[in-house]
Amino acid sequence: MLINHPLLGPRDAQEFTYLGDAALIQRPDWQADDAADQFHEYLYLRDNPAGLHRELWFHEAGDRSWLVVTRNTVTHEITDVQLARDVARNEGRST
Amino acid sequence: MRFSGFRVIKEALSGHKGWTPHWRDPEPKSHYDFVIIGGGGHGLATAYYLAKEFGASKIAVLEKGWIGGGNVGRNTTIIRSNYLLDGNEPFYEFSLKLWENLEQDFNYNAMVSQRGILNLVHTDAQRDAARRRGNAMILNGSDAELLDQDGVRKLYPFLNFDNARFPIKGGLLHRRGGTVRHDAVAWGYARGADIRGVDIIQNCEVTGFRTENGKCLGVETNRGFIGAGKVGVSVAGSSGRVMEKAGVRLPIESHVLQAFVSEGLKPVLPGVITYGAGHFYCSQSDKGGLVFGGDIDGYNSYAQRGNLPVVEDVVEGGVSLIPALGRVRLLRGWGGIMDMSMDGSPIIDKTDIDGLYFNGGWCYGGFKATPAAGWCFAHLLKTDQPHETATAYRFDRFRRGYMIDEKGQGAQPNLH
Ligand SMILES: Cc1cc2nc3c(=O)[nH]c(=O)nc-3n(C[C@H](O)[C@H](O)[C@H](O)COP(=O)(O)OP(=O)(O)OC[C@H]3O[C@@H](n4cnc5c(N)ncnc54)[C@H](O)[C@@H]3O)c2cc1C
Repeated sequence: MLINHPLLGPRDAQEFTYLGDAALIQRPDWQADDAADQFHEYLYLRDNPAGLHRELWFHEAGDRSWLVVTRNTVTHEITDVQLARDVARNEGRST
Repeated sequence: MRFSGFRVIKEALSGHKGWTPHWRDPEPKSHYDFVIIGGGGHGLATAYYLAKEFGASKIAVLEKGWIGGGNVGRNTTIIRSNYLLDGNEPFYEFSLKLWENLEQDFNYNAMVSQRGILNLVHTDAQRDAARRRGNAMILNGSDAELLDQDGVRKLYPFLNFDNARFPIKGGLLHRRGGTVRHDAVAWGYARGADIRGVDIIQNCEVTGFRTENGKCLGVETNRGFIGAGKVGVSVAGSSGRVMEKAGVRLPIESHVLQAFVSEGLKPVLPGVITYGAGHFYCSQSDKGGLVFGGDIDGYNSYAQRGNLPVVEDVVEGGVSLIPALGRVRLLRGWGGIMDMSMDGSPIIDKTDIDGLYFNGGWCYGGFKATPAAGWCFAHLLKTDQPHETATAYRFDRFRRGYMIDEKGQGAQPNLH
């Protein structure tokens, strides 16, 4: 698989390590009343779709940036790649 | 028809005209007491034990393709009882004991071969870990023997013992482990279940669940609605896809695992060996092919095929352990979809929906579990209580903090 890095162009997927569903960007509020429930869902439950999946890849053997890759889990086709930083900001995260 | 040596001779003398199909091909009925989704090893074993051990009747197994076309027909056929943790080892020991008597029990030749599994160690720390694991196994009624380098040399003289980086210092030998003819496991359970009246319905894909007031009434399929007293889901790599239809999110990701087989060779590898310095394990099939595999590809996948970097990684591991492997030609490679759970251990439990039960999260190790998983799932379906060896395999262990994490990796499915 080739991942089209927004800054570096197409890179071999072997340069990356895989974390999982990009929903992990949205860490729950630890002070919420139901924080224990939210963290249980956040840490352990997954949508695990067959089809489009937004996921976090880390360019470990490259520029060490985190990417959000949209990939089809049935065909392995990659349709979108963004810097995770940009995605997080657009989703309203400040840091 | 009962199979026996006498029968084989009789058929040989009469032109093999007396063999009959091993199971029927029934039309689905409108209602069953128990509907099992998934005609893999686990689903078929569940139906078999439900009928045979738990006295249940009106049972159906629904399979979207043909039985045995999933992971039960794709795995590398290794069975073993060599786990470390309390939540696991009694279960796998129960499973191995069932394997030891399986062929008599279901009257089918599954070629259960207890040829031994050797986990190699390359460092002092690995030897300590092997000793600890071996003791845990023995405490749970399994067998383990720690071999030194000479002991390994006697069994496998051709390994790369004196590699500068990863010398072989010894290994943990589990003599009762081995291999089984995987397809025959599916067929044997299917036949055994069919004889006891279970309807095995192939080409029947479950497309949804019908629920009312929090109770599951049955399943929607491409062959119409089928009502059920209880529904057991046992679909391995498709767990996420199927449970989504019931609105249940799982602590599971689906990943692809590849395996390979070489051209046929004369007998070279008497047992199963696993490399301790890279991800590679290998056995030799009765046809002579070396059957081997390694790590999962590492990203979510439903593709049933993997990518080349893992092929390279597995072959590198193989050649560094068995240099002679460099001369062998690879015949085939394939992939299967693993239901990788968050702690690397399985789930056999009720769901929040009344009458809907789940068996899954078997990762790359569910073949060896087939007899016990079937038995324990049948036990749960019939009695609503977990079997004594499967009490740890509950959904709520993640919430309560009772993970069964053999590798100590945390909630990261691609590292288990
Ligand atoms: C390459 C590879 C190597 C492995 N090596 C080993 C090993 O050495 N030792 C070991 O212990 N384990 C091993 N495993 C793991 C083992 O094969 C699995 O954990 C185990 O087979 C899963 O249980 P099963 O047999 O019931 O699954 P499957 O055979 O996959 O059965 C699930 C069935 O459900 C059906 N299904 C799915 N969705 C639906 C639906 N909607 N409606 C109806 N039916 C449906 C599928 O078609 C399938 O037939 C390996 C797996 C792979 C892929």
